[in-house]
Amino acid sequence: MSAPEGPLKQTPLNAVHRQMGAKMVPFGGWDMPVQYRGILDEHKAVRGAAGIFDVSHMGEVEFRGPAALEAVQRLTSNDASRLAVGQVQYSALTTEAGTFVDDLTVYKFADDHYMTTVNASNIDKDFAWMRDHTKGNVEIRNQSDETALIALQGPKAVEILQKLTPVDLNAIKYYWFARGKVLGQDGIVSRTGYTGEDGFEVYLPPQHAAALWNALMEAGRPFGLLPCGLGARDTLRLEAKMALYGNDIDDRHTVLEADLGWILKLEKGEFIGKPALAKQKAEGVRRRLVGFEMAGRGIARSHYKIVKNGQPIGEVTSGGPAPWLNRNIGLGYVAVEHSAVGTEFDVLIRDNPVPARVVPTPFYKRKR
Amino acid sequence: MYPADLKYTREHEWIRVEGDKGRVGITHHAQSALGDVVFVELPKLGRRLKQMETFGVVESVKAVSDLYCPASGEVVEANTTLEGKPELVNQDCYGAGWMIVVKVADPKELNKLMDAKAYEAYLAAEGGH
Repeated sequence: MSAPEGPLKQTPLNAVHRQMGAKMVPFGGWDMPVQYRGILDEHKAVRGAAGIFDVSHMGEVEFRGPAALEAVQRLTSNDASRLAVGQVQYSALTTEAGTFVDDLTVYKFADDHYMTTVNASNIDKDFAWMRDHTKGNVEIRNQSDETALIALQGPKAVEILQKLTPVDLNAIKYYWFARGKVLGQDGIVSRTGYTGEDGFEVYLPPQHAAALWNALMEAGRPFGLLPCGLGARDTLRLEAKMALYGNDIDDRHTVLEADLGWILKLEKGEFIGKPALAKQKAEGVRRRLVGFEMAGRGIARSHYKIVKNGQPIGEVTSGGPAPWLNRNIGLGYVAVEHSAVGTEFDVLIRDNPVPARVVPTPFYKRKR
Repeated sequence: MYPADLKYTREHEWIRVEGDKGRVGITHHAQSALGDVVFVELPKLGRRLKQMETFGVVESVKAVSDLYCPASGEVVEANTTLEGKPELVNQDCYGAGWMIVVKVADPKELNKLMDAKAYEAYLAAEGGH
């Protein structure tokens, strides 16, 4: 992650985090909480009960106008025309090479109104890219500074949030959203997240963020809700094999290499990167992102080399402990002939080869 | 938080002199800064270390940190309990969370280390950056 120059940006909840004793770190140009009580406790709270995360650093870019859908379709690899009003879709903002400018979620508000949610460290890059690669009657607006975002994740999320909103949460399906009042203020309640758990992401104006955070803490306390930092967010998303931009996906790896073929809809029409991706799909990829678990003692970390019989075959992109599974896991790109489930290879940890094997992913899947 | 009978390094290790040996671990400040410790790698017995040579690694969920030996000497004990219970480093950093014992080769070297008071002043200065 490249840290932009200048002072760190703050979310509307910065003072709340500091007051609650969070450990703060720079992340993608932002001053963010990495943990409160501890990453392991926070991780387990989300799997077993609930946790809240300040993800207000994420960016929101809106597309409005008659050509809104056309613009989103041209910029992204998934098929936004399949979205109904109120539906969300995971997608990729692709380069001509079929690699990632970013990954994002696409929200359909109306036929002429879409919103994309993008990674914090990519907001300026994405916004410029979107404007530079769009023609026609559509207004593209960066709403990031006018939008706070709080994620409530975990099996108790419905019960907790329902105390604070008249919106019927049980009626919102996974990857759908509703607009409505939360704590008496207008917001967007989206049944999405980055943890592999059930839960919601609530978009709201920044001036109401602290009140919602405190109300969620209060409503969640009897359920065992914990405030969570970026540390737990990372271990949770890794167990769920959700890609992290800058680690697992970037502008050097394609959508197909990242094993995200399910967000590639070649039949939808033209989009940036389609010719490259169509060609790669026909020819087959030479490397692929796989999930592995350590069979020997050691923790794989980003950028460690992957070897087979002493020969380099790839590199770790994310790695660490899986607190809910009690194993050490990782993701990495390997030559495609070594990517099948069950393949054994070694991760070079401080020059020592430590055995690992490719396993089915996601590592963790919640029971529905 | 910083026992008076220990000596401290600038890299946040401690050593407790026990006869001609020294027991080594990391400080309260170190374990707190690391967060949940999930992995500890320690040297083989018999390895000869120089003062401030790296003797192993401690890993938290997010970070990998080298461990530096406060005194030259041969490793005569290693706390293998930490392989299965690395959390002892967080729970009891001056007790059950110890890491190695070295046979101290040159006791005079210990004069280069900080006492508790100097270490606390060092932490205060470090935090004030």
